[in-house]
Amino acid sequence: MGDQEILDVLARVLRDLLMDDSIVLKMDTRREDVPNWDSLIYINFIVAVEIELGVKFKVADVESFANVGEIVTRIRAMLQ
Amino acid sequence: MPRRLTMDWLPAPPDFRGHLRAAVETPTLGERLEKLAFLAQHRLGFLETIQLDRALGRPNPEPGSGFSMVRLAILASSTVDHLVPAIRVAALRRRLVVDVHTGAFGQHRQDLLDSASRVHQFAPQMVLLSFTARESIAGVPLTATLAEVDEAINRSIEELRVLWKAARQALKATAIQQTFLDVTEPLFGSYDRLVAGAPSRMVARLNDLMSEAAASEGVLLLDVARASEIDGIDAWFDAGRWMQAKMEIAPPAAPLYGDLVARIVAAQRGLSKKCLVLDLDNTLWSGVIGDDGLEGIVLGEGSAAGEAHLALQRYALQLKARGVILAVCSKNDTTIAEAVFRDHPEMLLRRADFAAFVANWEDKAANLKTIAGRLNIGLDSLVFVDDNPVERARVRESLPMVAVPELPEDVAYYVGCLANAGYFETVSFTPDDQVRAEQYAANTEREALLGSSESVDDFLRGLRMSVVFGPVKAVDLSRVTQLINKTNQFNPTTRRYTAEEVEAIAAAPEMISLQFRLLDRFGDNGLISILILRPEPEQADVLQIDTWVMSCRVFGRDLEFEAMNIAVETARRRGVRAFRANYIPTKKNGVIRDLYPRLGFTRVNAEMPADGTIQWHLNLAEYVGRKTHIDRLGK
Repeated sequence: MGDQEILDVLARVLRDLLMDDSIVLKMDTRREDVPNWDSLIYINFIVAVEIELGVKFKVADVESFANVGEIVTRIRAMLQ
Repeated sequence: MPRRLTMDWLPAPPDFRGHLRAAVETPTLGERLEKLAFLAQHRLGFLETIQLDRALGRPNPEPGSGFSMVRLAILASSTVDHLVPAIRVAALRRRLVVDVHTGAFGQHRQDLLDSASRVHQFAPQMVLLSFTARESIAGVPLTATLAEVDEAINRSIEELRVLWKAARQALKATAIQQTFLDVTEPLFGSYDRLVAGAPSRMVARLNDLMSEAAASEGVLLLDVARASEIDGIDAWFDAGRWMQAKMEIAPPAAPLYGDLVARIVAAQRGLSKKCLVLDLDNTLWSGVIGDDGLEGIVLGEGSAAGEAHLALQRYALQLKARGVILAVCSKNDTTIAEAVFRDHPEMLLRRADFAAFVANWEDKAANLKTIAGRLNIGLDSLVFVDDNPVERARVRESLPMVAVPELPEDVAYYVGCLANAGYFETVSFTPDDQVRAEQYAANTEREALLGSSESVDDFLRGLRMSVVFGPVKAVDLSRVTQLINKTNQFNPTTRRYTAEEVEAIAAAPEMISLQFRLLDRFGDNGLISILILRPEPEQADVLQIDTWVMSCRVFGRDLEFEAMNIAVETARRRGVRAFRANYIPTKKNGVIRDLYPRLGFTRVNAEMPADGTIQWHLNLAEYVGRKTHIDRLGK
């Protein structure tokens, strides 16, 4: 799975969670850039991505991701 | 993921996105709710559940729309916000719209005990208490004796009792206590169970003692401890989520958790299923009786498949013993089908176990309607078990209100599927339940009498009925509460009361509460009607019929006339001048639309309010009781 494909999955999950089709995610998007992306939605997002892609993040990763790109990179490493 | 966690008894969703979009774009609330409820009938994942909940929003459906509102407060010592969408979706599956209030994290004591708190303002009808075991067993040393462990645990339980009391007395809500999830790690290993102070041993003890306390106080349980034993603790608890967000229930378990909660809420509202309808060929035995004959079908010990069918029969009998009505709906010749029950030596189920037995070549949906009609219960009270996916799909298509479990391919797992679906969840188990299925089965004999009677009058006389009546008694409290909350048809006001409220009503000297039990030559029909009369404000000699419920089992026996005769006599002795009554129409109580005019009441309001309520009046001086064929057996 390439970075763009992973990014597409992340964007779709977040749009579904927030019921907002206007959301666009880029590699440098940060949580605070997306309206309503609060901590509960963030955990739900992590869980939904884990279920969708069959991966499991480390707790240390989940609290240290600085932007979407870091999530993509981590997923790519797990899928390899 | 364990199969149960995906709720595999529900059918896979049709194009979820398409249906969700169509629902969201539907402008009228009633139609939108119907479309969302249709989606909720399907197997939904974690993300789909959240989407459906968002699409549901915070609607306020009108009475009579077929959807009811429930206010549920959750007071927890862990994070539960991620569970709310699943609760609301699972409730919608049962045509309930739940408004959920989650108390502030760890603030449950103040929330419950302070009458100015937001929980009190929210005025919940149900309060779910969800606590971790940590608080209760913290500080107990590993070397503690069983007595010391019990002492610590009992201190926690005393605190719970205070909370339960506040929920029930101050909030007048039904209290539901969640059992404690055992998230402890093995310490000694197998030896843990032999050490009173071992963490896992203490959690088990806590659940035991708490359950005893709940039983003695009439508090309901949400048994996540048992659920985690079935599915495995890893399915229910994720240490990472606890560390990240103090979630004790793992998010992937949310859909099932929500369903477990909704089952209790629905059961409390009388929305649990009442009747198990079974197909015959390849469901109760392997093979087709019409083609294979008595010797050709596979059933019984000696064959694994034969044992699997026996297991289903045994489970059906267990359900019958707790009050679930059994019925047959099969494409078969009646004589040939009935012969299996009579002549096959391995059959556990007998023909007499079924309150309705429909075997013919008609469409199964039509036959299910016949069964519901004959038993006088709603189609939404039926669970239809059929091995044939085509029949299942057709019944779902034409009768969406009938529950049709999506059975696994292998008959060995039929019982597990049926049991895990939780169709027959209950909030009480009374002596009436233990004999209910027999009472329905006796209706077959009553029907035979009706068939051989010259007239209805002749039939009613031939039944040799008598009524036992009197004020609502403490010993019958759980049955009375059950009847008030379960009855949807003969129920002009559809008011629901908790056991505490019923107790208060029964004790109030200004009110009249009557309970009725009907007997006839075929047996005791049990406690089947409740009538509650309440004085009008500032008019002590005028009583309002607050609640009147009657089990559908005894419709058509003229009991409503005899009950009204009794109520009028009781009221006259107290100097009451008149009765007032409201008929508030719902989707279910159309059968008693004409109840009050038939009893001699006159209509008060010419104009009908938006909810369709009709107000009725009865001047007791003018009341002429109808003579019935029901004898009175006194108080």
